[in-house]
Amino acid sequence: MSTLVFSAWLLLSSLLAGFLGALTGLGGGVVIVPVLTLLFHVDIHYAIGASLVSVIATSSGAAASYVREGFSSVRIGMFLEVATTLGALFGAYLTSRVSAPTIGVIFGIVLLYSAWASFRAKHDYHTDKPDAMAMRLKLKGSFPTPAGEDSYVAQRVPAGFGLMYLAGTLSGLLGIGSGAVKVLAMDQAMRLPFKVSTTTSNFMIGVTAAASAGIYLSRGYIAPELAMPVMLGVLAGSMIGAKVLVKAKVPMLRTVFSLVIVALGFEMIYNSLAGKL
Amino acid sequence: MRAWDDQRMDDIISNMLRFGVLTAAALVFLGGVMYLFQNQGPVASYHHFHGEPITLRDPVQIFLGAIHGRARGMIQLGLLVLIITPIARVFMCVVGFFTQRDRLYVAVSGLVLAVLLYSLVFGH
Repeated sequence: MSTLVFSAWLLLSSLLAGFLGALTGLGGGVVIVPVLTLLFHVDIHYAIGASLVSVIATSSGAAASYVREGFSSVRIGMFLEVATTLGALFGAYLTSRVSAPTIGVIFGIVLLYSAWASFRAKHDYHTDKPDAMAMRLKLKGSFPTPAGEDSYVAQRVPAGFGLMYLAGTLSGLLGIGSGAVKVLAMDQAMRLPFKVSTTTSNFMIGVTAAASAGIYLSRGYIAPELAMPVMLGVLAGSMIGAKVLVKAKVPMLRTVFSLVIVALGFEMIYNSLAGKL
Repeated sequence: MRAWDDQRMDDIISNMLRFGVLTAAALVFLGGVMYLFQNQGPVASYHHFHGEPITLRDPVQIFLGAIHGRARGMIQLGLLVLIITPIARVFMCVVGFFTQRDRLYVAVSGLVLAVLLYSLVFGH
């Protein structure tokens, strides 16, 4: 295959990955690593490097166009960033210690979990019950609703912090945004409102990915000619996806995409165990 | 310095992110076009990991490669701008919290900034 054709296929796949990632809220990273390794036979380290870069592009691009954060949710994000960036450093450190098949199996499990989590019914549990630690760290705020100001206070801060460390580790190890684990930490453990956890999660994904991307770059895991079509494709695809999402509800596409992710998850685990990765 | 309100903070961050991503994408695109013109043969194999050379790993050398018009250096410079964008965002948050005289969060965001800079500078 010529370099031009190879790059064109990468661009097209990345465009699709970014598009579907934006529609489902799972991000393009979870698809692009399996596609690069399983379809294009790229070494998993290069795949993770290219994916991380595209994760930063998507997160920053999306935040530039619609985010309205304000100081209260920046505080929550920044506090949890301490956990995710430290986790990301640990994850990037693990990448050089752990074998490719092991990374593949962990990746497969995370894919299956993400698909399952996207199907699960979601509840908004937020409360304004004062929590001593959250009050001291100012992890609270309010947002306007048709019925007036609705205020919230974070709950179970240590559990959320711990899960965020895990999310950061997975992000650094696998080159993904690990949005599914971040949602688990913010919606489920800390009981933050959806509105807050969505903007905060997006803010955090870019910063977390930057923490491990620096290490990936200096270790030589980022191959420019691979990252080029992947980054441009995922970025363009996710921008188109975000536009479509505003206009149309897409439950059917979400279901199909979740099934694709389940299939990729099993494929990753199978190929890793069979020594084909 | 006057305290930034939420609106001011959102505007500054939003503009900075847009500028960072667009600059990065433009550099990567330019480098990509150059790369594809210069490499018309069969594609290299990426099945085994070799690691990129130092010229594509070290921020200073990447910059030098790009200004000398090397295609891969140009792409890598774009990716470097992209990695720096969220770091710059955290820096703006440090400044924002400083204007609000929120010492706790100047410290928290300063810590995050330190971790990010550590990764970029001492990562290897």
